[in-house]
Amino acid sequence: MDFFHSVRLDEDKCRGCINCIKRCPTEAIRVRNGKARISPELCIDCGECIRICPQRAKYAHRDKLEDFGHFKYKIALPAPALYGQFNNLDDTNYILTALKKIGFDDVYEVARGAEIVSDATRKWLKENGKGKTIISSACPAVVRLIRVRYPKLIPNVLPMNPPMVEAAIQARKIAKEKTGLEDSDIGVFFITPCPAKITAIKNPICNEVSYINGAFSIKDIYPSLLKKMSREEEPEDINNAGLIGVGWANSGGEAAGVLKERYLAADGIENVMQVLAEIENEKLPDLEFVELNACPGGCVGGPLTVENPYVAKARIQRLRKYLPVSKNRLETDEIPDHMMWEKPLTATHSLKLADNVFDAMELMTKVYEIQALLPGLDCGTCGAPSCNAMAKDIAKGKAELTDCIFRMKQEMSDETAAEELIPAPFRDEE
Amino acid sequence: MSIKLHFDVSGDDFTRAGEASGKIKNTLKELGFNPETVRNVAIAMYEAEINLVIHAGGGEIDVEISPEAVTAVFKDEGPGIADVEKAMQEGFSTAPDNVRNLGFGAGMGLPNIKRYSDEMDIKSTVGVGTVMTIKVLNKQ
Ligand SMILES: Nc1ncnc2c1ncn2[C@@H]1O[C@H](COP(=O)(O)OP(=O)(O)OP(=O)(O)O)[C@@H](O)[C@H]1O
Ligand code: SF4
Ligand SMILES: [Mg+2]
Repeated sequence: MDFFHSVRLDEDKCRGCINCIKRCPTEAIRVRNGKARISPELCIDCGECIRICPQRAKYAHRDKLEDFGHFKYKIALPAPALYGQFNNLDDTNYILTALKKIGFDDVYEVARGAEIVSDATRKWLKENGKGKTIISSACPAVVRLIRVRYPKLIPNVLPMNPPMVEAAIQARKIAKEKTGLEDSDIGVFFITPCPAKITAIKNPICNEVSYINGAFSIKDIYPSLLKKMSREEEPEDINNAGLIGVGWANSGGEAAGVLKERYLAADGIENVMQVLAEIENEKLPDLEFVELNACPGGCVGGPLTVENPYVAKARIQRLRKYLPVSKNRLETDEIPDHMMWEKPLTATHSLKLADNVFDAMELMTKVYEIQALLPGLDCGTCGAPSCNAMAKDIAKGKAELTDCIFRMKQEMSDETAAEELIPAPFRDEE
Repeated sequence: MSIKLHFDVSGDDFTRAGEASGKIKNTLKELGFNPETVRNVAIAMYEAEINLVIHAGGGEIDVEISPEAVTAVFKDEGPGIADVEKAMQEGFSTAPDNVRNLGFGAGMGLPNIKRYSDEMDIKSTVGVGTVMTIKVLNKQ
């Protein structure tokens, strides 16, 4: 398996604090020898560690605006979340025109792709959604979370490509007709709110090839766009998405576009995990559609955005106000093949302690024995997010008992000397 | 070979109800139990745990996990169940209004435990308490 991840660590900046380890929803990070380490099997690229890192050592690997590369024709695919980043805007054309001014030859809104995906989803649910709760696959962090932590729910995941892929396919088609260029001369770039989408572009889970050549973050592109946006000039008439497509930026937007009554939309990684657990326990049997976004507020809350998610949401509501419901739909009666996943989503089984129940139970028994020796404080000073995670690390030979400062203290021979050497938070009461 | 887990379930804090069954479920996932077994255990244990909190003011759970089966004993010193057969019927419930507002009290807990487990036994004495044993076989 190929473990490309956008979320990475700048070793030079990391000072080995333990802020990130507890924030990681899959417990993928450990601090060892003063540096954080991210386990590639467990990382879902949600970017929670990027948000919390005080040293800014966690970052999203992304393309740089300078690297437009060799493409003869360049197309920008702005995520709908981009629209929420600018103040006092009542027309998205200002943003879309600015994208052309900074060097793109054309712009195709991901919101348009979103409307086609909404249409296809409605159709797909009619034929395949009976008696089953279908979970959206638009947020790649959620898809990866499901495969790592909730593999039982894989059959519930909508096996459809997200709006950015549909947008890329449409944009390429238009560009080829317009210019007569080859695919290899056309560069398609996503303007992304998050590292999860970057990973999905560079390393698609359910497709063989990526239709997108690169990704620029909203944060990186924001200052250059601002410079090129002016009220004096009338913008080009580029926008071509309705309120359903633009609404995908916010949590609940995708679900609303499905036009089902019994839906749920949850955002923020902790809420998402709770909802997934509830679905797994069959506590939410009546739901037809579940939209889950790893980020607070939806993609407007992506780690690579500029504005506060709720401010961005309010702005998008304003932008949506006078839009028609939808401007894009499927052009065929059938859902075209390219919209569906090429390969099925598979589980990674990284939660399992061992390949068979017997070995796993043996290891688990060892884990409990070790855990009984740990103080149960989940303080994180050992570099693991909890005493249980630490006990597992020790059982697997990845850490030592004395990496726990409380154990260390017990092992020091001279009690009083130990008391003096031990830092105040870990000393016994006087 | 078996793994034993013990949980004290507090009757005071309703917001924590369901935590023990959640932990049992995660343990089974880590052990690589069949997903269907995990689901059956999770649902049966959840219902029994909630009953401990709603109807009995808390209690304790002892779980034994072996490769063949998961067995859990739920013990409480609550009011007991006067007529177990009646309590087992779908729709029978004495749940108070405050928890009904949260969606409990449909009288589906015990029937669901029966449905999702392979063996179920209730020993209850009014005024003394209830001991319920649930066994779920590991489907291979
Ligand atoms: N541990 C217990 N102690 C005392 N009474 C109990 C206990 N467990 C169940 N009962 C009694 O049995 C009845 C039926 O239980 P059951 O779990 O089927 O339904 P419920 O808890 O009332 O509602 P639901 O489980 O659907 O939320 C309860 O209303 C209660 O009167
Ligand atoms: S919610 Fe949106 S911005 Fe956040 S990780 Fe998922 S796709 Fe990216
Ligand atoms: Mg009940």
